[in-house]
Amino acid sequence: MSDKKTNQVGDTGHVWDDNLRELLNEPPRWWMISFYASIAWVLVYFILYPSIPLIDSHTKGIMGWTQIKEYKEDLEKIEQVRAPWENKLKGMSAAAILADSDLTNYTISSAKVLFGDRCAACHGTGGAGNPGFPVLADDDWLFGGSVESIQESITAGRQGMMPGYASQVSAKEVDDLTNFVMALSQGNGDSQPAGKALFDSSGCSGCHGADGSGMHMMGSANLTDGIWRFSSQDQLESVKYTIANGVNTGEDTARNAVMPSFENQLSAGDITKLAVFVHQLGGGQ
Amino acid sequence: MSTPKDDLPDTHMDALYHEVPINTGGETIHAKRAPGLFRTLKWYGASIWLILFLGPYLRWDGEQAVMFDIPGRQFHIFDITILPQDVWMLALVLLFFALLLAAVTSIAGRVFCGYFCFQTAWTDVFTWLEEKLEGSPLQRRKLDQAPWTSKKIRIKVIKHAIWILIGLLTGISFTLWFGDAPTMWKEYLTLQAPLFAWVTVGTFTFFTYVFAGFMREQVCFWLCPYARLQGIMYDCETILPTYDESRGEPRGKLKKNVDENNKKLGDCIECKQCVAVCPTGIDIRDGQQEGCITCGLCIDACDVIMDKIKRPRGLIRYASLDEMEGRPQPTIFKRPRVLMYLGIILFSIAGIIYGLNTLGALELKVLHERQPLFVLQSDGSIQNKYVLKILNKTDAVMQVNVSATGHPELKLVGAEEPLSLPNGRVSPHTVYVRIPNAKLAQDTLPVYFHVQDITTPEHAVEYKSMFFSPKK
Repeated sequence: MSDKKTNQVGDTGHVWDDNLRELLNEPPRWWMISFYASIAWVLVYFILYPSIPLIDSHTKGIMGWTQIKEYKEDLEKIEQVRAPWENKLKGMSAAAILADSDLTNYTISSAKVLFGDRCAACHGTGGAGNPGFPVLADDDWLFGGSVESIQESITAGRQGMMPGYASQVSAKEVDDLTNFVMALSQGNGDSQPAGKALFDSSGCSGCHGADGSGMHMMGSANLTDGIWRFSSQDQLESVKYTIANGVNTGEDTARNAVMPSFENQLSAGDITKLAVFVHQLGGGQ
Repeated sequence: MSTPKDDLPDTHMDALYHEVPINTGGETIHAKRAPGLFRTLKWYGASIWLILFLGPYLRWDGEQAVMFDIPGRQFHIFDITILPQDVWMLALVLLFFALLLAAVTSIAGRVFCGYFCFQTAWTDVFTWLEEKLEGSPLQRRKLDQAPWTSKKIRIKVIKHAIWILIGLLTGISFTLWFGDAPTMWKEYLTLQAPLFAWVTVGTFTFFTYVFAGFMREQVCFWLCPYARLQGIMYDCETILPTYDESRGEPRGKLKKNVDENNKKLGDCIECKQCVAVCPTGIDIRDGQQEGCITCGLCIDACDVIMDKIKRPRGLIRYASLDEMEGRPQPTIFKRPRVLMYLGIILFSIAGIIYGLNTLGALELKVLHERQPLFVLQSDGSIQNKYVLKILNKTDAVMQVNVSATGHPELKLVGAEEPLSLPNGRVSPHTVYVRIPNAKLAQDTLPVYFHVQDITTPEHAVEYKSMFFSPKK
């Protein structure tokens, strides 16, 4: 049958198991063509690209291709995509950016990384806040929530001050003040007349205002809302501690609340972008 | 020396190992062209590919009727514009064609291969040209073996030039579907087309030339997955070009002066016309096989011979295995396989119709901000932040009103003014929802966002999202 055909093909002379022979069939032509084409390809590749390692260097290839060069070219391409936006943003005020929805969207995408690098460690991703660090996504602002105020806070930093009252009033009076402030935040400060009287006489209203709603000029907290600058599981104890020991007094026991200045760390353009980003987190005014 | 194996009767082994000879490309098939019903059907079937060449020039409302604008991410099909968001319908279109292929194959064999496939259609045109230039199959074989004379060179050069031209036209026509046809022609003629277009045209030209000019039936044998796939869809009820063995065998040369009632031979007179006309070079009398593209050209050839020897037509005919073996054949609509295929086809058609009717002008997705999930505001309300991703599918900038519902005290911030949506793309818009904490009964609440076109209020969409607040 089919043996007739294979008999015509020569063999290597290697015969085993009586009738098994190793035939001398030519490799298929397409296979040989691919084989020689591969060799040609390797030669061309070696000429064009860096390939042969030498003792302290390697052949460069006539195209001058390197990985780092390709990387830099790609970076340049990204810069080209950003350039039209960045050129528009140059010298623009934060308020002007906010007025244009396309520019705002670009700025938000661009500032997201900046915020992650510089701000999120304290203020949390998305401005969610952390214990001891203010929430940026709400509408309660110590130093004002306009985009200009935010920009100023980032540029120059902020450091409010509140004296500790433990040395000026009695422990009972600290308790009265605490009870009043707690009631004030729930909207019924009148239920604590003792504390209310102390609030006015001890000088609290000088900074927090007669109604306790705070002053952006001084960075004094608004005590009439439910948002606490130093929040805690046991809010009563936390308020008492703040009244007794103060904020940023220089004493070891005082609360520490410092926003650093980013003037020397970030360009003015980056700070503008961050101000826009923070403004749209949820509470910008 | 004799081994026990040698004692076995030869016929037994031969029957067991009887193999249908397969041409693995060592020999060029020069099929004879003969007129007939199936020949005509094949031309009609193949003519569907004229759409490929003529379609891009069709105009509709001053624009190209059908254009697949890949860089612009838009498919234009007459009045319909399909954006990437609607491409799920493409899956249903593919499902429809896949199942149509399956259903047709199950009923009438490889109809696609025989009459509609680009490979067999282009091969058919290429061999038609070959016959016009080089003559009959016999003349072609002679020419192939003849020494290279100036005449042979002339014929061959003309043939290959026309083949490459057809390939070029195929490639260019394909690319015209993806851009404005007149503009692209201008670019091609002034050699200013983008590199990607040239590469596409080059690839198409090359493969058209090689596949239809040289590889031909070998593509069906070794490259095409459908050829393998479709065979699986046959069953005993599938009608296929079949050689009626009971009528034809034993085959033998027709002898004169043999009494019609006394004949010992079947109707097959071994004229081999069925083999001569077969474009894939198989012998249909060996039974159904991989190489058969069910084009029916052997039926045409055999019928002519049957007419000549005054025997009834249909020695080779479209018939099912059931019919050949005398089993009753169920009607098409009693075959579960066919019903199943038809069911899925109807499903995909229904899906496409639904999709086209609900394309809409707007699409809305709402992303809820997760960090932070909710924020307490100074007025005691809880604020959630959402990004509305609104797709405007119309051709013009749209002004829309945004509203939100889900709680009587709900307040939407950030969409007090109508939003301006750029046309043809998605634009993000940040909004905030505030609900007084004291009025919230549970810590999650569904909220519904509504976006409505101001000028055409029918253009409206709704999206359900969630509102989160502190644990109650």
